[in-house]
Amino acid sequence: MQTTINKKVYNIPDELKDVRLTDYLREYLDLTGVKNACEMRACGACAILVNDKSMRICHATVKDVENCDVLTIEGMENEDGTLHPLQQAFVDYGAVQCGFCTPGMVLTAHALLLSNNSPTREQIRKALQSNLCRCTGYQQIVDAIEAASVYYK
Amino acid sequence: MKQIILTVNDVNYELLVEEHEMLSYTIRNRIGLTGTKVGCEQGSCGACTVLIDDVPALSCITPVMKCVHTQILTIESIAKDGKLHKLQEMFVQKGAIQCGYCTPGMVMSAVGFLKINPQPSEDEIKEAISGNLCRCTGYKKIISAISEYAAESASDKSVIADENDKYLSVGKPRPYIEAEKKVKGEADYADDIKIKNALFCKFLRSTHAHAEIVNIDLSDALKLKGVRKIITGKDLPISFGVLPISQDETSIAVNKVRYIGEIVAAVAADTEDIASAACNLIKVEYSPLKTFFSIKDSLADIEEKEKIHSHCRYNNNVHKKAELRFGDQKEGINNSSISHKLNFTFEGINHGFTEPHAATAYWDENGLTIITATQVPHYLHRFLAKVLELPMNRIRVIKPYVGGGFGGKSDPFPHEIIISQLSKLTGKPVRTRLTREEVFLNNHGRHPSEITMEVGLSKEGKVNVIDADILLDGGAYGSFGVVTTYYSGVLLQAPYKIDNFGFRTRRVYTNKPQCGAMRGHGAVNPRFAMESLLDELAHRTNTDPCELRFKNFLPSDTLTVGQFRITSNGVVESMNAVMEKSEWKKRHGKLPYGKGLGVACGVYISGSALPIHWNEYPQSVVHLKVDLDGRVLITSGASDIGQGSDTMLAIIVAEVLGLSIDNVFVVAADTLLTPIDLGSYSSRVTFMAGNAAKMAAENLKKSILDSVSLNENIPVEELNISKERIFSNDKTVDLNWKEAVEIATKKVGALTVSGNYNSPKLGGDFKGAGAGLSPSYSFGSCIAEVDVDTDTGEVNVLNIWGAHDCGKAINPLAVEGQLEGSWHMGLGQAVSERMKFYNGLLLNPNFLDYKIPTSVDTPPIDTTIIESIDPEGPFGAKECGEGAIHPVIPAIANAVFNAVGYRITSLPINPEEILNHIKQKY
Repeated sequence: MQTTINKKVYNIPDELKDVRLTDYLREYLDLTGVKNACEMRACGACAILVNDKSMRICHATVKDVENCDVLTIEGMENEDGTLHPLQQAFVDYGAVQCGFCTPGMVLTAHALLLSNNSPTREQIRKALQSNLCRCTGYQQIVDAIEAASVYYK
Repeated sequence: MKQIILTVNDVNYELLVEEHEMLSYTIRNRIGLTGTKVGCEQGSCGACTVLIDDVPALSCITPVMKCVHTQILTIESIAKDGKLHKLQEMFVQKGAIQCGYCTPGMVMSAVGFLKINPQPSEDEIKEAISGNLCRCTGYKKIISAISEYAAESASDKSVIADENDKYLSVGKPRPYIEAEKKVKGEADYADDIKIKNALFCKFLRSTHAHAEIVNIDLSDALKLKGVRKIITGKDLPISFGVLPISQDETSIAVNKVRYIGEIVAAVAADTEDIASAACNLIKVEYSPLKTFFSIKDSLADIEEKEKIHSHCRYNNNVHKKAELRFGDQKEGINNSSISHKLNFTFEGINHGFTEPHAATAYWDENGLTIITATQVPHYLHRFLAKVLELPMNRIRVIKPYVGGGFGGKSDPFPHEIIISQLSKLTGKPVRTRLTREEVFLNNHGRHPSEITMEVGLSKEGKVNVIDADILLDGGAYGSFGVVTTYYSGVLLQAPYKIDNFGFRTRRVYTNKPQCGAMRGHGAVNPRFAMESLLDELAHRTNTDPCELRFKNFLPSDTLTVGQFRITSNGVVESMNAVMEKSEWKKRHGKLPYGKGLGVACGVYISGSALPIHWNEYPQSVVHLKVDLDGRVLITSGASDIGQGSDTMLAIIVAEVLGLSIDNVFVVAADTLLTPIDLGSYSSRVTFMAGNAAKMAAENLKKSILDSVSLNENIPVEELNISKERIFSNDKTVDLNWKEAVEIATKKVGALTVSGNYNSPKLGGDFKGAGAGLSPSYSFGSCIAEVDVDTDTGEVNVLNIWGAHDCGKAINPLAVEGQLEGSWHMGLGQAVSERMKFYNGLLLNPNFLDYKIPTSVDTPPIDTTIIESIDPEGPFGAKECGEGAIHPVIPAIANAVFNAVGYRITSLPINPEEILNHIKQKY
């Protein structure tokens, strides 16, 4: 099977089709930005973008993303290696504390802003409701996403 | 046109702007702040000066698109609360204003300049305002206004608003030094670090709450291909526990199990799946014992052989009793004009950090190395040595990035010891990662508790007496429980002055996962009881609950009844802040039925004055090294678990040495490379490691200045260090940092220095006097607004206003993050979080059923930082990571009372109880 991960096309042998997607990304491709945290689709630490939609993948297998366009946090930054404006806003607004929820949080926010580039604070909070953060109280995360929305216009 | 968000004077404006528009146009015409003047539109007169990120800038030639993500300050921000800034006052007094058109720009240039150079010479002032033209005054009065202001603010240390002007780095909001790495997903947490050829370890856990282990049959499991080693309790029989007085736990159950989920066997195999499969093939035969699931069960008299632990001293499962009494509680109640007594119950709470426990251990010529998600590398180091019977110099503990802790990673854990042993036995690296269910079973969270408390008031409304009886459900093992037992009582003796104060706490063992330290350790539930009772007494005496508190606050620089030394104390300011922000006076008591406002206060320690292990070592040590490249290396054992302690250390060292933060580098929490720090718990790091870092930096500064003084033949008192330069007052000596380092290195050889911190001796000389002693205490207040659905009883928290006295915010961005996170976590305990058990089985060990507030559940939070400038804290700083959680929970419950007249006495708040109350009433 074939799939595109961070703009690179991968030909994946059939025997890996049933491997857990988190294991494939973390163990085979070293994309450790994808986190294992609750393993029951409750916390969003494993969220990635599949065809521009945020998807929690701890219950997914490799075949679930066949012929898809996958984006992990490692594919988020600009081509020159600088941070994507959304990532920069997370940094600037103190939205990163322990950082463990951050990759999933950034990608879910990215999906939101791709579909709605001027969300209200309520809409932002709603979009993040399946991404748990235990450090920030969400305030600075919402601030960051709100500030970054200008770059999606 | 472009849509942007522009932050001007701390307000975010959503604006449509032309792409090439200048900032002055936007500020004046789109926002309407016309204090900023346009005089030349070519950047030559300075009338348009504003501050962009604290640096004076000419807004008439600055494109607005360049200002997104910056903090812009205009003249309108300088006067605060209707009062002129002292510099403005000085302009007025000195007659520095004539036509006034240049004044705003002049003031802004001066404000920006004084931030960098608070003590300028007259020539430096002239240079600083040389870009600001004035056609009226001839500048003389302007210069004298600025220089007089600078001289006055130098002599007036009590003016907190001017504190930040003194510093280059301290007090400036700054993202964490590692934030970019984290936001790119490049920060390696324990499970992200790959050690080649590592085996995976899985654990077989007990299905019985209390049972003897009769037999363990490993034969089928050992036959499975890919299984490398299986160990059981007899392979690791030495007990441990984070407190030297509670060594009651083994890594793997020996002879009997004490809770459902306790580790019975551990398998190391080639893959995670093989290890899991092998666990399923292990057969364990149990012989059930009498079980104890509640505090009541464990207080009842029982026979010796029924006890959960044979070392229990009484005829029951009580683990620890603590009782302290000051004054006379009976007299206190008798002398009170009103008193009230309530029973409270609290469910157990789990930390819910997002990163599950994970670790990898390996052996090489240096002995054992373990990379693990821990808050306490030092304690793990000690107990690995004890259990594995290794000298400490054969063990290295490395803390990578840690995905949150909140107290849940502050014990040495069985899995850490087990994989270390398995790695030794197999000769291969061994890794593990707990599932979320295992994280919950590991627990060490907040104790379920039952509290009976009575509080009495004198007729003047003074708190006359507190008498508390506290029961803690400790679960199967000790952990930090002895400390919890004391903290539950002793931390009630502030922030109010109380003469008759007494408590008794009993912690019992039960057959459930053990409880331990969690954010706000010990004090959270008793604080809830105290603040609820104050609210009730305010209600019964028809007093405003804020006013009642104002009457009772302890002052600064005082002793509590149990001889805690209170130094700085910003509790009054914190209360004033939340009252003002929430418009308390206008709104409290005037909201419609179903809506309410509630208030509460809190206090917490900035680290424990006494270390867990009694010894003469400092509680924190920081080393600094600098050589050829000029970069200062900080090594510290302090554990950054997401609270920003690495950044805090960097800011402090940069500040003392007058360097930019890019010139310092932090290596932390590796027991081989970094000096001792006791760990990230009890809110000790900023105070203790911060002070050690400050001392180290001052030692380095002294060493460098002494060398320059000798070399240049100039008295050291005449030398200054600022902005990467070392210069004499008369500027005859003016070296850059690297030149000075070179001179110093030539004089003293290697430039390596240390700093350390040890708490001063504090407290009384009675038994138990040491508990709760801290070199400094933080204070705070919260007001919550709730909307109670009168059809369902559901509580919706609409707003939280919080203010916390952290002494001095070394990094305000990080402090805000800690405060908001604390208030969010308190919200969870108030309305949704509980560990639900059925006969010792945890029913909700996952994030679907254990309800952590989501982004939608968390209301807007208004944050105020109070800076009381602690006399002993680094730059005046004290704790901010835990204290803020105390007031928010009772504030929410008190708001519910205000909304519908129902007194909450059990947490989490149960909507059904509220609904029953509403139904009975109407």
